[in-house]
Amino acid sequence: MSPGARPGAAAIAPLHVAALLATTLLALLLALPLLGLLVRVSPGELLARLGDEKVLEALRLSLATSAAATVLVALLGTPAAYLLATRQFRGRPALEVLLDLPMVMPPTMAGFALLLAFGRTGLAGRALSLAGISLPFTTLGVVVAQTFMAAPFYLVSARAGFAGVDRRLLDAAATLRAGETQRFLRVVLPLAAPSLLAGLAMSAARALGEFGATITFAGNLPGVTQTMPLAVYVAMQSDLDAAIVLAVLLLLMSLGLLLAMRAATRGAWPGLARAGRPDPAPAR
Amino acid sequence: MNLAPRSARFAAAALLALLPAATHPALASGRRPATRITVFAAASLAEAFIEIGHDFESSHPGLSVRFDFEGSQQLAAQLERGAAADVFATADQRWMADVQSHGLLAGDPRPFARNHLVLIVPATNPGRIHALPDLARRGLKLVVGADAVPVGHYTRELLARLERVDGYGPAFRRSVLANVVSEEENVKAVVGKVQLGEADAGFVYRSDVSSSVARYVRVIEPPDSAQVLATYPIAPLAHAPDPALAGDFVAYVLGPGGRRTLQRHGFLPAEAPAP
Repeated sequence: MSPGARPGAAAIAPLHVAALLATTLLALLLALPLLGLLVRVSPGELLARLGDEKVLEALRLSLATSAAATVLVALLGTPAAYLLATRQFRGRPALEVLLDLPMVMPPTMAGFALLLAFGRTGLAGRALSLAGISLPFTTLGVVVAQTFMAAPFYLVSARAGFAGVDRRLLDAAATLRAGETQRFLRVVLPLAAPSLLAGLAMSAARALGEFGATITFAGNLPGVTQTMPLAVYVAMQSDLDAAIVLAVLLLLMSLGLLLAMRAATRGAWPGLARAGRPDPAPAR
Repeated sequence: MNLAPRSARFAAAALLALLPAATHPALASGRRPATRITVFAAASLAEAFIEIGHDFESSHPGLSVRFDFEGSQQLAAQLERGAAADVFATADQRWMADVQSHGLLAGDPRPFARNHLVLIVPATNPGRIHALPDLARRGLKLVVGADAVPVGHYTRELLARLERVDGYGPAFRRSVLANVVSEEENVKAVVGKVQLGEADAGFVYRSDVSSSVARYVRVIEPPDSAQVLATYPIAPLAHAPDPALAGDFVAYVLGPGGRRTLQRHGFLPAEAPAP
């Protein structure tokens, strides 16, 4: 730098340039593929292809299975996350690692492991078939694969939400003779709601995008197990237009879930904002 | 981020300066002799081609052969969207012709091997399938290749041919296809699901029943009169960084060394090309 430069400017400018360069490259890497999808299809075409039976079939199946998986994750995950966030017990760290593991697992490997556990010849296969349940090659199998892959995203967020609830508020509620259930429903749940909703949005997005575990564990049959990501993969080879329409739809749905998650964590929803961030000056 | 406009301009200039470097032909292909070739090959070729790759490497010191094994339809789709590879080998003529029609081949494809279809059932035979006509029984879990996948296409052709064989009946194809519970994206996925005992049966190539697979499955041969013959073509690709080397690999596969290895892995020899 020239001797006349402001002190500090010489040290900061190259850093800024490097940061800008890195950000630009990263943004290009992440945004160009999305742009590549969007420029291939006009909104009119998108709407026109929406009526396609092939597209509708995959869309219906994806919506139904990922909604079911998200409900399952909420039902099983909420108590589990609360337990992990508030109780100390032997083996808790091990349990936490176990429950988080699918988040970092290669999905194809997860699908294979699911087959070895819940497949016809798997560890629990006999018990399941005695109960009349068959998972591979069924829509239920898709839901199981999605739940397996999506649950950790909810658990992580919900655990943090529950752990962040101020103990003093619970103590105060207890002095007001609120029972355990009442404290959970009236104090803990509203305070943790933003984290829970953000976690649910993440889970739903993961379930919606699930590919590897689904095709490995549940298979690939239109209308039964062929969800949108599988349909995109298959259509890419035979019907490129359908693949693009499906991919754009998936992109828009994921974007919606991401925005919902951000809204939840930022307390953009008025009801949650009050619950999530205790007002410093309580009304009256 | 709060960036001074001056540094922003500088960054933009730096970025622009990088672009020609990245697209410069010398950087993209390299003028030195290639040290690696990439072969896109049908999933069913995996075992045989890995061995052929090792043999080819030992006769070309310093060279490494890299493979991408997937369903031929998937590889064709990748090549048509600009994937870079040196050699292409498929399990049927359809996808080779498709890639050729995009002008991506450096020479005419040449057949180098053939294959038969067989039915495999898990060794425990949960569907109690003892002969091909059993496949029409309702409630079986049958796994096949998707129609776009060569093995899936051959499977449908075989089922149609079986309808003309005594003892199968005119609705055979339809009733068998009604038992399909999954359409796989490559033949190895069919093998996997039968091997694990999840599917009651699946159609694969005879060469797929390697010694490690044979321990888990039983093989049922279709009648000769209905048998479908899969033909495997190979060709060098037009954008191969080192066309001579790509040609060498193709020649090796077609030559006695390649033929021996392929036959040891259960492939049939290709017909001698017309003189």
